[in-house]
Amino acid sequence: MPESHAMAAHQFDDLEQQREAASLGIWVFIATEIMFFGGLFTGYTVYRTQYFASFVAGSHLLDLKLGAVNTAVLICSSLTMALAVYAAQTGKRKLLILFLIFTMILGTGFLGIKFVEYATKYHHHLIPGFNFAPEGVYPPQMQLYFCFYFAMTALHALHMIIGLGLLAALVIMAGRGRFTPESHNPVEAIGIYWHFVDIIWIFLFPLLYLVGGR
Amino acid sequence: MSTLSVEEPEQAESRVHYLNVHYGVKSWLLTTDHKRIALLYLASITLFFLVGGSAAVLIRMNLLTPTGLLVEPATYNKLFSIHGIVMVFFFLIPSIPAVLGNFLVPLMIGARDLAFPKLNLLSWYVYIVGGLFTLYAVIAGGVDTGWTFYAPYSSTYSNTHVMAAALGVFITGFSSILTGLNFIVTIHKMRAPGMTWFRLPLFIWAMYATSVIFILGTPVIGITILLIALERAAHLGIFNPALGGDPLLFQHLFWFYSHPAVYIMILPAMGVESELITCFSKKRIFGYSFVAMSSLAIALLGFLVWAHHMFVAGVSMYAGMVFSILSYLVAVPSSVKVFNWTATLYKGSISYEAPMLYGMGFIGLFSMGGVTGMFLASLGMDVHVHDTYFVIAHFHYIMVGGAVMAYLGGIHFWWPKISGRMYPEGWARFSALIIFLGFNLTFFPQYILGYLGMPRRYPVYPPEFQVLNVMSTAGASILGVGYLIPLIYLIWSMRYGPVASSNPWGAKGLEWQAPSPPPTDNFEETPVVTAQAYDYPSREVEVA
Amino acid sequence: MPPGIPLAPPQASTFAPGVDHLFLFLLGVTGSVAILVFVLIFIFAVKYRRRSPDEVPPRVHETMFLEVAWIGIPFLLMLVMFGWGAEIYYEEFHPPPGSLEIFVVGKQWMWKLQHPEGKREIDELHVPVGRPVKLTMTSEDVIHDFFIPAFRIKKDVLPGRYSSLWFEATKTGTYHFFCSQYCGTNHSEMKGWVVVMNPAEYQQWLSGGAGGETMEQAGARLFQKLACTNCHRSDNSGRAPTLVGVYGRPVKLVDGSTVMADDAYIRESILRPAARVAAGYQPIMPTFQGQVNEESILQLIAYIKSLKIPESPERMKAAP
Repeated sequence: MPESHAMAAHQFDDLEQQREAASLGIWVFIATEIMFFGGLFTGYTVYRTQYFASFVAGSHLLDLKLGAVNTAVLICSSLTMALAVYAAQTGKRKLLILFLIFTMILGTGFLGIKFVEYATKYHHHLIPGFNFAPEGVYPPQMQLYFCFYFAMTALHALHMIIGLGLLAALVIMAGRGRFTPESHNPVEAIGIYWHFVDIIWIFLFPLLYLVGGR
Repeated sequence: MSTLSVEEPEQAESRVHYLNVHYGVKSWLLTTDHKRIALLYLASITLFFLVGGSAAVLIRMNLLTPTGLLVEPATYNKLFSIHGIVMVFFFLIPSIPAVLGNFLVPLMIGARDLAFPKLNLLSWYVYIVGGLFTLYAVIAGGVDTGWTFYAPYSSTYSNTHVMAAALGVFITGFSSILTGLNFIVTIHKMRAPGMTWFRLPLFIWAMYATSVIFILGTPVIGITILLIALERAAHLGIFNPALGGDPLLFQHLFWFYSHPAVYIMILPAMGVESELITCFSKKRIFGYSFVAMSSLAIALLGFLVWAHHMFVAGVSMYAGMVFSILSYLVAVPSSVKVFNWTATLYKGSISYEAPMLYGMGFIGLFSMGGVTGMFLASLGMDVHVHDTYFVIAHFHYIMVGGAVMAYLGGIHFWWPKISGRMYPEGWARFSALIIFLGFNLTFFPQYILGYLGMPRRYPVYPPEFQVLNVMSTAGASILGVGYLIPLIYLIWSMRYGPVASSNPWGAKGLEWQAPSPPPTDNFEETPVVTAQAYDYPSREVEVA
Repeated sequence: MPPGIPLAPPQASTFAPGVDHLFLFLLGVTGSVAILVFVLIFIFAVKYRRRSPDEVPPRVHETMFLEVAWIGIPFLLMLVMFGWGAEIYYEEFHPPPGSLEIFVVGKQWMWKLQHPEGKREIDELHVPVGRPVKLTMTSEDVIHDFFIPAFRIKKDVLPGRYSSLWFEATKTGTYHFFCSQYCGTNHSEMKGWVVVMNPAEYQQWLSGGAGGETMEQAGARLFQKLACTNCHRSDNSGRAPTLVGVYGRPVKLVDGSTVMADDAYIRESILRPAARVAAGYQPIMPTFQGQVNEESILQLIAYIKSLKIPESPERMKAAP
């Protein structure tokens, strides 16, 4: 059984070449992702410099506790993902499935908390273009802050959702015994992707929640 | 001379190759063979070329008279917008990379396919979906923002189908990203034994540099266009000054991609040119490493010059100066290539088949476009000619005179490999000549129009500009005919052309070791490379 | 070229000869390099044409000298192109002091111009010959661009900020100006004429017609009408800072930073008063967005500019 799965695809000479190609492929993809988020980070930086007071005011309306909890949840999910990759490398199938499911639970938890945060923003009328009408006096460019808050976190959440789908696919493939210590490129690649999504959040958290000190 | 494996027609018909291995629409739409995907791209970009070209014809017709011969200004604005969007995003950017690149990258490095064949097919479907959005925008009533989508006009003021067109461009971007990713991995990991980096054909170097831009540039325009769509849907104020947004930020982000995008069009053309010049002068390229490295230099420096599109847009004086000098820096590697091509011809054995005629036309037109770029990089000069027909002429010389000439040259050069048939040589030379003449007659007068001060995107213009506009339109009609001739004879030759041998030009390069057309796995056995690129035989003579 | 087609627009400003000389320099240098390349290609193509199919060309040895030469020499030439162009650009950014100021508002699809003396015009610009003129420009909607080919000058006109350009006309006559940044359906109709007149004629033109009210006076009237005086009192006794002498001076803000009280700051304070509040005051000023258009704002700025602190103690005594 493992031999038939361990065949390289027809365009590759051997499994080693296939593994190297998959690994380089995912890193190149990460480079493109960095530039994708980079556009938003640039816009954020420009407006934060220009309208610092508005960004501080907007940041102070976020729930720091939920943000911090979410950061912790996501870091834990990176750990379980790393353990899952290790399990794949050492050929421990049950452990692999277990850690993948842990990672999915943590990822779903992150999205759940994010949903609670979004719901609060909805109740406080803080969603630009939808119901932006905060109470009281607020600096004029606070809406811009929330534009970037939602654009950046929503894009991040979209990456999380895609990641969860990929993890689910991995669980199914692992259940069918598709991975061996020699051949588990998808686990490695999706692992790298998952860590990347985490790192994006590690940048988003201070940029969005900790503007101007709390 | 390498020994040519000349096949009898019957043999070619009976041999199994990538074209006859399967039949039926499904075998094409579900193929993962890089050669078939290249043909899918060839058909689709030709379709988009016809759409963009028809818009160009109507634009030039309308400009025959100062008051606009055919259409209302609102329609004219939609015509030039669709011309720009379709030609840039759906023809020029995928032209050489997605057609010739897809076909040739594995063949030239001695691989059986690209590293990720399914991803390759996916990228074509993504391209088609993006194209359908854009075609929907055209059919539903058009879009009038120009291909540049400048805010706040596109985000707040235009009443046309900006959303569909923007999403089309956004989606198509992913097609470029997937293609670039595939090429980078393939070139890194799948070269045949002995194919070291400095034995790679220069076309591969060019594709590699192009892929870097695909990977690093395309996502930025993706997110920017997405922000425009968001701003349009929800009036967020990201680029709207009334809400504190900055329209110049849009221009910075837009040009951060769209200037390198010009190099996406011209770098592959330069790669094709290096193949043509060497083959038809039977010479090793002069200064291989300089030509190869200049591709990388262009790709990297190309990311540092975007604000030269904004000298009069309201950037600071010092920003203007920095971007001016950086723009001159990127001109150096381009001129290095031209000089090396010229030197390659020296003491060569030069023949004038149609691909070489296109290749020589390329050098001429690209040089004309390149030197006028130096006018535009000079700040005081740019202030006068910016946003006039001078700029239009400049970038058409690069993108049409340069990129399209090379694309056609490449299509003719590799046509025997692609189709297994020869194109009719006489017609091909004739059309190369017609295109060269028609092109110059169309766009040279536009340099003068620009210096006289005729702004771009004007359906109605002061009468003193009419004579030059009429000349330009006359040229355009010749150019249009010139482009139709190859379309007809190439289709004709697929069935009736003489059967081609595996290496009709006596060219070096692994792609010519495979049969014409190649089998699905390209090579019967993996080739081993022992020599440098363009290792044409030469005799040693004492240097005088 | 057929006779009768000019190759360049008329030279009618102090910039025009410089730009034309730069153009000829660029044409000369790049043209000769391009022609050299074309001639070489032509000669090689003829001289080294393939005479027999199995011809073997001689080996040509590459020399580092050539590569360095054709990297270095073009680059040095390009440095000259850069320097020359930058010099003109520098001048274009520095209007001479004492330039005549004219205010331009672009909107889809017309140009509205105001002279400080109160004369207003649409799609026409009258200026005196031989005197530097500075245009301060803004847009009511999208990005436009003010382009005068005969003066070799243009600048984008953006909404929400002021951009400026200057020129000094050298020849009387009538010249085109265009909008050269695409701005929508009737972009190509957004053009007009610059009329360059003798100073005397210009004075006559300025005082002719109706009007009578200068921009400063119109601004003063608006200042009363919008009830700005209720808070911005001249003796600094109101709930808002006095505006006398504020123009062109640094203003301390609540967050401790300072800002130069220029056109842009005054404009922002009228439209988005809470954005940057002066130190020592509450953010109580309402926005005037929607109540004033770009032209009125320019008039208000002209008025605030005119509120100068008397220059010397002598004059203060003279005018109690």
